[in-house]
Amino acid sequence: MVEKRYLLTSVQMANFAADGLLRFDELIPEAINTEARREVEEGLISLRYEYQGQPLANAWPDSQGFGAMIRLPEVRGIIESLVGPNPLYDHHAFHKVGPGHLEGQIWHADAIIDTRLHFDIQLFYFPHDTPREMGGTMFLPGSHFRRIHETDIARYQNFVGQMPAVCKAGTLFVAHHGIWHCAQPNRTDRLRTMFKLRLNPTVRQKLLWNTDDLQDPQIPGILSRNHRWYGNDDRIEYVNRIRFWRFLTGDERWDMGYWLTRIENTPERVVTQQEA
Amino acid sequence: MSNLRQKILILYSRTPDLNSEIGAWAIYDGTGREHHTTGDSDTPPYPSVLAAMRDGWRVMQFPQQFPAYPGMELTTSYLRFEYILEKMEEVENG
Repeated sequence: MVEKRYLLTSVQMANFAADGLLRFDELIPEAINTEARREVEEGLISLRYEYQGQPLANAWPDSQGFGAMIRLPEVRGIIESLVGPNPLYDHHAFHKVGPGHLEGQIWHADAIIDTRLHFDIQLFYFPHDTPREMGGTMFLPGSHFRRIHETDIARYQNFVGQMPAVCKAGTLFVAHHGIWHCAQPNRTDRLRTMFKLRLNPTVRQKLLWNTDDLQDPQIPGILSRNHRWYGNDDRIEYVNRIRFWRFLTGDERWDMGYWLTRIENTPERVVTQQEA
Repeated sequence: MSNLRQKILILYSRTPDLNSEIGAWAIYDGTGREHHTTGDSDTPPYPSVLAAMRDGWRVMQFPQQFPAYPGMELTTSYLRFEYILEKMEEVENG
């Protein structure tokens, strides 16, 4: 187990529930970024999947770049907060976008339509500076609960509130498996690389983070964040977040804005003659 | 072959009201003069479907509205209020 000080807070978890995404700017030290870039350039980390379903702890034990990144206590704290101790390696990929590649990737969510409340996470690690002209990955905050299958959303091009991963070297984005995203064009003369790693939980994802601030009054407001692109579906999005927060905390009566409490109220008690 | 080519504008309205603000959009240009891709703009080309109509776009498709399937009332998926508009534009050497 990682030390408590490295775990996420409840406020951060609420942001994950609302956005489906957390960003950690320049979290990874430059020494690891440099080594990670060298591992890509020299092909020291295989592009092929490792054995899927193995403990993450087995992955790249000698790597001083990508392996060292996932062993950093700061990164382990993020991982343990979301998917718990001893997660499984699902797959990894080096996403490379060559210089002068002007076509954006189509919008998609990874894998297949997924109806679980349990969730996987995906790490998006940028080992070099990624200015807007270089891409990077475009995310759609708040899209993670939408039930769609992979590139079924490819007709869309732009959304109000879409967020490009414009960042400095060593920045890590951690996303819910359902987040909509797409690689962006690279208008520079340099190769862009992003390392993606998907992890599966092996434990019930309940109160795994630092819960000292579980009653923080900011949390209902965070979970009510309106990303604006979904318009009239906003209240249904809030309901999905309430359900997710109940799942994360184990509190099956938790609510905000009375959204679920109201429609769960189906009293059956018959009025007695004395009450009538 | 005609010299006219179809240009498609897809606007995702926030409500079924054609005055409603736009939440998402896409453009596919059959004339070949414009090329659009994902993430290429942060601002909708029009503030509403009606504003696009006033600029000469013809609405080709209204989104039909269906009641939620039983059990799916609280599920979200695709953007529901999808308006497809067109303009026919002339090209040279069509």
